[in-house]
Amino acid sequence: MNAVIIDDEPLARSVIKEYLQHHPQIQVLAECNDGFEGVKAIQQYQPDLIFLDIQMPKINGFEMLELIDQPPAVIFTTAFDEYAIKAFESHAVDYLLKPFSRERFDKAMQKLLAQEPAAAAKANLAPLLDTAARTPAEQQRVVVRLAGKIRIIPTDDIHYLEAADDYVKIHTKDGSFLKNKTMGHFETVLNKDQFVRTHRSYMVNVSEITRIDPYEKENHLAILRSGARVPVSKTGYTRLKSVLGL
Amino acid sequence: MRSPITVNKFRNSFFGWWLVWGGLHLLLIYNYGFGLAVAAVDSLATNSLLLASSWLVINILRFYMPDKDRKWYVIFLSVTLALGVTFTVNWLMGLLFAGPQYFAYHQFLFKSFWIRLGVAFLLIGCMTIISVLWYTIEEEQEIRKRKEDAEKLSRDAELYKLRQQLQPHFLFNSLNSISALIGANPEQARKMIYQLSDFLRSTLRREEEQWVKMEEELQTLELYLEIEKVRFGHRLSTVIEKEEGCLQMQLPPMLLQPVMENAIKFGLYDTTEAVTISMSITCEPDYLQIIVKNPFDLETAAPRTGTGFGLNSVKRRLYLIFARNDLLTTSATDHIYTTSIKIPQQSGTTKAS
Repeated sequence: MNAVIIDDEPLARSVIKEYLQHHPQIQVLAECNDGFEGVKAIQQYQPDLIFLDIQMPKINGFEMLELIDQPPAVIFTTAFDEYAIKAFESHAVDYLLKPFSRERFDKAMQKLLAQEPAAAAKANLAPLLDTAARTPAEQQRVVVRLAGKIRIIPTDDIHYLEAADDYVKIHTKDGSFLKNKTMGHFETVLNKDQFVRTHRSYMVNVSEITRIDPYEKENHLAILRSGARVPVSKTGYTRLKSVLGL
Repeated sequence: MRSPITVNKFRNSFFGWWLVWGGLHLLLIYNYGFGLAVAAVDSLATNSLLLASSWLVINILRFYMPDKDRKWYVIFLSVTLALGVTFTVNWLMGLLFAGPQYFAYHQFLFKSFWIRLGVAFLLIGCMTIISVLWYTIEEEQEIRKRKEDAEKLSRDAELYKLRQQLQPHFLFNSLNSISALIGANPEQARKMIYQLSDFLRSTLRREEEQWVKMEEELQTLELYLEIEKVRFGHRLSTVIEKEEGCLQMQLPPMLLQPVMENAIKFGLYDTTEAVTISMSITCEPDYLQIIVKNPFDLETAAPRTGTGFGLNSVKRRLYLIFARNDLLTTSATDHIYTTSIKIPQQSGTTKAS
């Protein structure tokens, strides 16, 4: 079984390596300093297991996981993060609170080895990430991957969102990006005073709107500063009016 | 200070004026030639009743202040009391000084009815207005004070919470580092326990303080940096430049630690080489300026939003203390990220503690 350790502190990584000496069936293939390196290492080595810290520079552990199509089994390690702990507790993923003892570490490994790692990852990670995305830090940016590169998009830079099959297309001033999430996800995550679901398939940043024109029978079109035209349904128009205070 | 003039002062001047007014009244009637007895009783009766009316007005308004739409109530009250006073005086004087020898006085009493009524109305009206003003000011001061108390309470609570937030993350990570060192390097682990203890002691000591000297804050900061150097190994080095004169200036405690932590985090991970974080402390006539610089990679860090890890809470603290949003600024140029903090040093800052 192969593992990758992702933590911003060398000493924290060395504790995990030390405890892993008692689990010879697990090979550490790589150690990473931050989420960027983590994404690269996971793509390169396809590990069965990762040890992941939450609070790291650049992007945090949750944001990193969102960028991986098929995440391996994860054991989270964190020092103190009330939001993260809340997310773990409600989704029964195993996590280690630093500093942790060898007994506690062994217990986590037993639990992991007892179940089918891939199944465990699938069952628990998606709802966990949804909960974790509601933390204050993540309401201000969206992390996407584009041609192997990672981009952090401040939510202020988003013009509008468009549903596209299983993805959401994020339109920004620097072009558009796809993210493997639903419109419903963005509706709960993004600031409700700034982003309005104007249509089943559209969400718009109200500060980008320059004009709202009537369109066909009961519909409208929001014209954005960039010139883009975003459909507004009847209920969407009501929502938009209440946010704009009309 | 509760009111513009104190209650005692007010009471003294109130009785003083009443005596003067009574004397004048006596003199006036006496000059008309109605005799001292008549003049004295007239003055005493009128002014006692006026005094009683004023007292009544003050007490009515103390417990019942008319609201804005019912200001006519004040005029109504004054007119009623003035009429009451004047009629009572006329009736009383007629009763006390009955007999033909007082005929001229009776006529005078009858003729002066309107003047007496006018004077009574003016005096009672004045008293009413003064009372209304007095109680309005008192009420407003009380409301303002309550509001200030509530604001201060919530501000203190938030400040306390912000200060507390800084601790646990650093503490648990340090303990984790110690746990790692115990196996590989017990000597170093022991040293780190001492450093961590010293650091905690110095932060606990100033938990209650709102202001510390730059000198003390620097000592704590250096303990903190020693621990960080253990956590991050030989890659981290720090340079602190300080103007000696600034060390006596004041700042809120534990403000610089999150700034340094932010600089270290962002400085260390954008490169695998050794990193130097620099801090400079300078002073202007009315503020202390602290500038922290760390190297960073423009490519990966550019889309970063906000002001990073702990900086938001530092900014919030500065806002809560100084009510200003411009005291913490950040800028990024040529692989150097600069965080600049200004701490105002007016006399107000030391008084606030």
